[in-house]
Amino acid sequence: MHAFSARLAALLPALLMSTGLAAAPDPADWDAVLDEARGQTVYWYAWAGDQRTNDYIDWVAGRVDERFDVTLEHVKIGNTAEAVSRVLAEKQAGNDDAGNVDLIWINGENFAAMKENDLLFGPFAHALPNFALTRPEQNPEVVTDFTLPTEGYESPWGRAQITYYYDSDAFRGDSGEVETPPQDVDELLAWARANPGRFTYPRIPDFTGSTFLKQALIELSDQGEALYAPVEESDFAAVTAPLWDYLDALHPHLWRSGRQFPASGPEMRSLMGDGALSLAFTFTPSEPAAAVADYELPESTRSYVPKSGTLGNVHFVAIPFNSPHQAGAMVVSNFLLSPEAQATKQDLDVWGDRTVLDVARLEEADRALFTLETSNPAMLPAGALERTLPEPHPSWMTALQDAWQARYIGQ
Amino acid sequence: MLRLAPALIVTLLVAPILAGLAMALLPAFGYLPALGGDDISLAPWRALAAQPGIGRSVAISFASGLIATAISLAVVLLYLAAATGSRLDRWIRRLVSPLLSIPHAAAAFGLAFLIAPSGLIARLASPTLTGWERPPDLLIVQDPWGLSLIAGLVIKEVPFLLLMSLAALPQLDPERRVAMARSLGYRPAIAWLKVVAPALYPLIRLPVFAVIAYASSVVDVAMILGPTLPPTLAVSILTWFSDPDLDQRFLASAGAILQLGVTAAALLAWWGLERLVARLMNVWIARGGRRRGETCLHVGGKLWILLATGVAFAGIAGLAIYSVAGFWRFPDALPRSMTLDHWAQALPSLGGPLASTALIALGSTLLAGVLALAALENEQRTGRAASKALWLLYLPLIVPQIAFLFGLVVVMEQLGTRPTHGLITFGHLLFVLPYVFLSLSEAYRRLDPRWSQLALTLGVSRNAAFWRVRLPMLLAPLLTALAVGLAVSIGQYLPTQLLGAGRVTTVTTEAVSLAAGGNRRVIGVWALVQACLPLVGFVIAIGLPRLLWSNRRGMQGAP
Repeated sequence: MHAFSARLAALLPALLMSTGLAAAPDPADWDAVLDEARGQTVYWYAWAGDQRTNDYIDWVAGRVDERFDVTLEHVKIGNTAEAVSRVLAEKQAGNDDAGNVDLIWINGENFAAMKENDLLFGPFAHALPNFALTRPEQNPEVVTDFTLPTEGYESPWGRAQITYYYDSDAFRGDSGEVETPPQDVDELLAWARANPGRFTYPRIPDFTGSTFLKQALIELSDQGEALYAPVEESDFAAVTAPLWDYLDALHPHLWRSGRQFPASGPEMRSLMGDGALSLAFTFTPSEPAAAVADYELPESTRSYVPKSGTLGNVHFVAIPFNSPHQAGAMVVSNFLLSPEAQATKQDLDVWGDRTVLDVARLEEADRALFTLETSNPAMLPAGALERTLPEPHPSWMTALQDAWQARYIGQ
Repeated sequence: MLRLAPALIVTLLVAPILAGLAMALLPAFGYLPALGGDDISLAPWRALAAQPGIGRSVAISFASGLIATAISLAVVLLYLAAATGSRLDRWIRRLVSPLLSIPHAAAAFGLAFLIAPSGLIARLASPTLTGWERPPDLLIVQDPWGLSLIAGLVIKEVPFLLLMSLAALPQLDPERRVAMARSLGYRPAIAWLKVVAPALYPLIRLPVFAVIAYASSVVDVAMILGPTLPPTLAVSILTWFSDPDLDQRFLASAGAILQLGVTAAALLAWWGLERLVARLMNVWIARGGRRRGETCLHVGGKLWILLATGVAFAGIAGLAIYSVAGFWRFPDALPRSMTLDHWAQALPSLGGPLASTALIALGSTLLAGVLALAALENEQRTGRAASKALWLLYLPLIVPQIAFLFGLVVVMEQLGTRPTHGLITFGHLLFVLPYVFLSLSEAYRRLDPRWSQLALTLGVSRNAAFWRVRLPMLLAPLLTALAVGLAVSIGQYLPTQLLGAGRVTTVTTEAVSLAAGGNRRVIGVWALVQACLPLVGFVIAIGLPRLLWSNRRGMQGAP
């Protein structure tokens, strides 16, 4: 009797596992996925702080409805972690196959957290028909997220890179010539000293602000290689000491003397629009040009990437383990990787988010879709984004955020 | 059926809160099996104590709750003392409902647009008066002392306390009390403060407690106007709850319980202050001063309320300008170009959220209206006033939202409910019902019972007396209560977002998620829509009785 129930108990997880697998669509059999997706409604949890992004997602919804009979609902959230918490709450409640979230716009820490807690469906990305267009063997950044291999648990969607922008009118010297803006963190400090209150960065733990810390650390540290392994493997205090010295020197010359920081990159952009700041940065290279078109920034706005290069990464979409519409979510992920969707997204009039496809290796007709706008003066000069630094291991982001908060909060 | 109404109300209000609190309490002590928290431990509390700036967060939440309430109450009492019966009084009474209906977030945006270093006031004064060519590097909005947060709260709490006071005052017969005191030689404002205020305070004590609880735990206003390094406790909790590092959920739960403690401590401190002020008042009243300070009271009472209402409306005007602004460089007083682009862009996406907002608001308000009427009618028929139960009615207003809503989501998940409009409507009912009940109960209880008795003697049934006599006579206050309910529902952010899993978009969730993008023109459009929507309810509430009873002046309700 006892032996029997013990065996049953041992079998039970295996049984549950196997039924779970049987229900999940197999991405390798794409026709079956398309069949299953027909008529599904996919709830896509995506950051909605930007009208252009929202409009683009609307456009995608129209297309996938037309082509694949998949209804796409954009669930508008202010912070990706809201979706992560949601899936977690469902797992906690034992909801393993009827989750609310079908697709998440995600990367970095959020991805690491979900993967570590087994909250993701997959691997699926490598099996998507359009995935090959990214040429992962030549472009390893589409299969790596903050040094972590994605292992097919998320599918690339777009690219971001720190891009500085400035008000060229404010940089005009006495002779009327526009001065060269700071090209590395040391020049930035010197410039801030000479122009107090005209620069700042978003307060930690904002994503853009945290990226600024990593960027500064990479430039200041002579132990840069340590950043690409988990933080526990190195002497955090020793590696980051130059960063804190630097920030201690920089803060008194920042906006509000470093006693207050904007909440986010967009808030920093508003301060630029008010003329409170003369120099700022964003993680979306096309943002300054788009903001000029939307009346948010003056027409004298110019963008650049400093000579040393800046951090860049790829952002992704992922499917939660308990999504009831995994087939539909895969169809949407695949459409997002199509040349049509990627080229539309890169169009400055639509969104201006750069493609993850390997454009040079596309077919002639598809390649023609991707002509980069160069006439806009607020846009980056051609070739500027070639100076890309890879993202450190995600554990550094958390460690830097904690250390920054311990050091600068509540003083 | 009618007899079940009070029990139903209590269950609807109390059960979700207790369940939500329980699900916050367990993780606060380390128990959350989905994250590997299988044992009870104090680790979350140790982590909470080690948070940088936690002491300051708590202190600001505690202090801003008390100070904002004290100022709001003082403004309302001084105004009532100084202006009752004046032309200003009639004007303010007409404005109080629209002011109350402006959602907190919209009012906070408005205030920020007004007083920020790059805000409307600085633009109007620059560069001629100030010499500023670019926004001054001043810490005005989000100041570390929470002063702008307190200002934002006062703007919203003054109309609430005023409405509650105006509802309670008729019971006290203030005119006769003041006349009596004046015959003894007291100047009017001093007379009011000495003979009416001490009797009024006990009647508005629960609303005051609700204000303390709200002000010490508010999330949206604190995010817009509050300090940032560190933020208030409630904002910190929200950040921890949505941290990608899922272990922070333990910390967040402990924070939620701490928030409960902070709010309770603020209430306790207020209770102590009440005693102190009562003593001082007694001394002041007994001393018999009849004139000293009258002018000061008289001017101050009018000035402060004018400032509070003026700032609220100027803030909304600022939102309106931003919603049509082209590029608007500091220090230009007005944008160089106006454009309808922002409205044109928002228009296509307005429909869905508007429909959801209306559906949820109407659903929860009508439900609340039915429940409140049933309970009040039951009270009337059984002749028992439910004074003890009134405390329970205030429970959703006194327990901080952030302390139980996250837990409630987990409970709902476990019950297997889907995030639908229905579930959100139920969530809103928690906050709509108390307001509808409170707004309606005074008028209901005050209605002369002889009207129904007369109807009964004419041979109609109790039900017919209700439908044909009481309800029509109460149409004006009922519609006002429903309009308040609509306004409360329209302004809800956290319950909508959490219970709806973010799937249901209302005008408020849309406004807050777009706020993350920091585009003030887009924020202006959505905040303006958000602010105007509840007005529709009030326009109907005031207009409909006049239309229906155009030949019965006495039934048209208060002006």
